[in-house]
Amino acid sequence: SPQVVWGMLGNRQFCSYKMTTKTQNFCRNEYNLTGLCNRSSCPLSNSQYATVREEKGRCYLYMKTIERAAFPRRLWERVLLSKNYEKALEEIDENLIYWPRFIRHKCKQRFTKITQYLIRIRKLTLKRQRKLVPLRRKIERRENRREEKALIAAQLDNAIEKELLERLKQDTYGDIYNFPIHAFDKALQQQDAESESESEREEDDDDEDVDKREFVEAEDSELSDFEDMDKLETSSEEEQEEEEEVEKKASHSKSKGKTPLKGPARRKRPYIEIEYEEETEPSTKTKAA
Amino acid sequence: PGHGNGPMPGDGTGSAAPERVLFPPTFSVSEIKNKQRRHFMFLRWKQQQRKEKLALKKKRRKEREALGDKAPPKAVPKTIENQRVYDETTVDPNDEEVAFDEATDEFAPYFNRQTVPKILITTSDRPRGRTVRFCEQLATVIPNSHVYYRRGLALKRIIPQCIARDFTDLIVINEDRKIPNGLVLSHLPDGPTAHFRMSSVRLRKEIKRKGKEPTEHVPEVILNNFTTRLGHSIGRMFAALFPHDPQFIGRQVATFHNQRDYIFFRFHRYIFKSEKKVGIQELGPRFTLKLRSLQKGTFDSKFGEYEWIHKRREMDTSRRKFHL
Repeated sequence: SPQVVWGMLGNRQFCSYKMTTKTQNFCRNEYNLTGLCNRSSCPLSNSQYATVREEKGRCYLYMKTIERAAFPRRLWERVLLSKNYEKALEEIDENLIYWPRFIRHKCKQRFTKITQYLIRIRKLTLKRQRKLVPLRRKIERRENRREEKALIAAQLDNAIEKELLERLKQDTYGDIYNFPIHAFDKALQQQDAESESESEREEDDDDEDVDKREFVEAEDSELSDFEDMDKLETSSEEEQEEEEEVEKKASHSKSKGKTPLKGPARRKRPYIEIEYEEETEPSTKTKAA
Repeated sequence: PGHGNGPMPGDGTGSAAPERVLFPPTFSVSEIKNKQRRHFMFLRWKQQQRKEKLALKKKRRKEREALGDKAPPKAVPKTIENQRVYDETTVDPNDEEVAFDEATDEFAPYFNRQTVPKILITTSDRPRGRTVRFCEQLATVIPNSHVYYRRGLALKRIIPQCIARDFTDLIVINEDRKIPNGLVLSHLPDGPTAHFRMSSVRLRKEIKRKGKEPTEHVPEVILNNFTTRLGHSIGRMFAALFPHDPQFIGRQVATFHNQRDYIFFRFHRYIFKSEKKVGIQELGPRFTLKLRSLQKGTFDSKFGEYEWIHKRREMDTSRRKFHL
């Protein structure tokens, strides 16, 4: 009889479905209505019992009666509930008519909860789901190691500098940077066209002054980049030295095009070194704008 | 124990007197129990090795000089790049087919200067601080780019909206455990989508000796080492992010350097100190990418047509084989 069963299972904790925690006892039985281990919710110790369970999105009402207690295979009777919420509630009611109030109430509660979580499942599957991709440790380590080695092999700074110098050589920057050696090389290639070079010299006076000024200062080799850039930007400001430099240029015998000041031909002549301390960035910004 | 304090016999490299028939037993340095003495012996051994090596080098150099012009050419050391398995899809600069392909592919309007790149940068759901800051810095590096937060929107729905608003590229930075670890780069009007694995992300404040902030000037672009056909298309994808005409006044350069299938991104400011010297200063964030897959259309994980997927078992078998 059910009382004896309960005496064994519930009170004396012989039930294998029972899980005890500090405050509560739970029942792991799949046919349990509430999930707690109580006299009224234990499916084993109640001869008349009912539950609602769902399978693959459809809800079923399971019922157990005393008459079938001897036939375990036919013990639980299954009734498919309709998909319509209200209709299903009515079905539960008509199936469990004359059953104890507790079981009826709990069945309907459980059914409500199940339908709610089914709705939620359906909504979530429509949204994006985060896919967890497991990392493989060996592969991660291998990739990291290879990346480090590749970084060392890449020698990025050198590669970038080389590329920039290449672009400078190929004149992608046009007239912004005028370095005399570069110009000298170009002029060397045009050795025959001396007349051209002379006209160039006259036309590009200003540029050459810039070159000259720049190159000689690089000779001093104690100046910062800043000043070089200053010279580039503020080329117009040092007009005073133009004439002197033109004279010096004329004195060079083998001047082809833009004169080189290479090797022994270099001469440190006294000149005024005017330092312009300027922020290049604002100036470039205004120029760009 | 025969370990004396006097001059120890070496490892049998000929220091014994010719009368003795048997060489004294060689003491390996590691058998000495006393740590100090062992250390001392080891240092001595090391010095000896170095001396021998130096002597050998000198001898070889002398021989080489003695031969003069007839000397055999210097041996080039083998590197992984030297030994790389030849990829048949390597692009020859004069290849007409490739040139024709490139003239008619999805980037043609960009390279014909018909479109101006406009880029949308976004993240995966709920980005953490680091990712957000990285996105902002990336937006300063790439001109004409906007950062938008993704509030649970599906990519497939974002894309038509982007196209409607004239965006040319979409960058999605995927985040995991508070660090960005993936990048999806999609060229918008129907363009290819590339999925990268991102690593070694350094924000501006973590870079040592960095300069001031990147300015608004359009940077130049350097693409290094994209040799194969696949590499070429990826390189073009990167190039399409930046406007065509760099402002040289800004002196900024963005570099995508491919080495052994890893693409290193750096952002520098350069200055020409002289004809042969240039100085660079790193601004901007840096990261490395590794290509995982390239899809033909826009981002579509289910029905997309993949041009290339990294298949670990097939492609990672050889250490000398690279695909980009």
